[in-house]
Amino acid sequence: MSEALLQARNLSVAFGGLKAVQDVSLDVPQGSLTALVGPNGAGKTTLFALLSGFLKPDSGSVHFLGRNITGHAPHESARLGLTRTFQVVQPFGAQTVRQNIAVGAHLRLADRREALALAESVAVRVNLGAVLDKPAADLTVAGRKRLELARALATRPRLLLLDEVLAGLNPSEIEEMIPVVRNLVDEGVTVLMIEHVMRAVMSLAEQVWVLAQGCLIASGPPSEVTRDPGVVEAYLGHGAAARLAARGARG
Amino acid sequence: MSALLEVEGLRSGYGPVEVLHGVDLTVNAGEIVVLLGSNGAGKSTLNNTLCGLCRRREGTVRFDGQDLTGRHYRDVVRAGLIQVPEGRRVFPNLSVRENLELGSFARARARRAANLEKVLDIFPRLRERLMQLAGTMSGGEQQMLAIGRGLMAEPRLLILDEPSLGLSPLMVEELFGLILRLHGDGLSILLVEQNVAQSLEIGQRAYVLENGMVRHSGACPDLLASDDVRRAYLGV
Repeated sequence: MSEALLQARNLSVAFGGLKAVQDVSLDVPQGSLTALVGPNGAGKTTLFALLSGFLKPDSGSVHFLGRNITGHAPHESARLGLTRTFQVVQPFGAQTVRQNIAVGAHLRLADRREALALAESVAVRVNLGAVLDKPAADLTVAGRKRLELARALATRPRLLLLDEVLAGLNPSEIEEMIPVVRNLVDEGVTVLMIEHVMRAVMSLAEQVWVLAQGCLIASGPPSEVTRDPGVVEAYLGHGAAARLAARGARG
Repeated sequence: MSALLEVEGLRSGYGPVEVLHGVDLTVNAGEIVVLLGSNGAGKSTLNNTLCGLCRRREGTVRFDGQDLTGRHYRDVVRAGLIQVPEGRRVFPNLSVRENLELGSFARARARRAANLEKVLDIFPRLRERLMQLAGTMSGGEQQMLAIGRGLMAEPRLLILDEPSLGLSPLMVEELFGLILRLHGDGLSILLVEQNVAQSLEIGQRAYVLENGMVRHSGACPDLLASDDVRRAYLGV
């Protein structure tokens, strides 16, 4: 395995009496596509917030590109190349898709024309090319999810943390989105995604971490993790586990 | 079986844009009817028009023997047509109990205490968290609260708009189990879902909306077997 791009060591954070993330360590290898799954309320988004600097851990450390970024502000991490998306997307509704994406591009480009040009090329990569001049408020849920992805991509990340970019999409929209995510990795972006759509996790991720009640309870290739009895009990449920097994058997 | 909800030729939209171009749909008493369609097909607009949140332009809505066409949402709720909106929309800074009590604001207020007990029996986790602020609960718990709040109004028909959104596979399984239980107790349900395969497994009939019109409709097993529907919505 190549050297880790991101290293989290013994991260913990508590909100009052609630231990949201407890002693979590993980290594994200350069160039990989990995996933973080777990029940609602397990602490997945909180862990993302710790990794990207939106929250400071009570203890533990985060290293990115070999540098200690523990407690650094999100914009500093973004400048180093670590960007996240949000589950609840909040585009600037009255601005066009192009203008929204340019907001991300301005992290590295001061020139307005260059930022707008980059926005356009990013839009094409995520299939938003046809709606560049539409106000973001006119996009459907699927379009907004793509826009959220595009805004993050425009910061030219080396590591992208995707928080449920497939939530709210129907099965055929999910099928359209899967190759978009895969292409990012082919183009050299390392991706760590939080996702409940197990079909996508199974087909995309090389490695999966499972978080439950703030603790990592399993990790490994998706086909192994989804057979882990503890994971079935805490997260998948027997129905979903059986469907995934059947899908795997069909190839 | 008698029709509980009868929608005929419903047209509505926003400003100059017409979204629904004449929708016909029926829910019979005791049925689970599944409403499918891509994002932007008009599913939420249909719900909001039925509930009086969005103005209808043409067509009729009959519910439980009453004409609800163009009526205020207050009257719609009083008639027992209750929507659990997409994205839960619980009041984050109110407690679980307060959220539930608000469910009986316009209907079934006299039986609030008894219904609260009933809902807490269905969702023991809400009982544990009765005094907690709703916004501090996990997504799955908030979804339970939103459904519980809907049940507080003693619905004759419960509209569930994408209840599985953002829930883990295990929670989705629990949710579908719950929907079946509510249905077993006699509740009629209009289920809007992106979780197509699982919804068609628990429903009796389904409608597929496309560009503001009903494109397919029929018994759930037939739609599950239909090549058109599989290609368009199951991605297989």
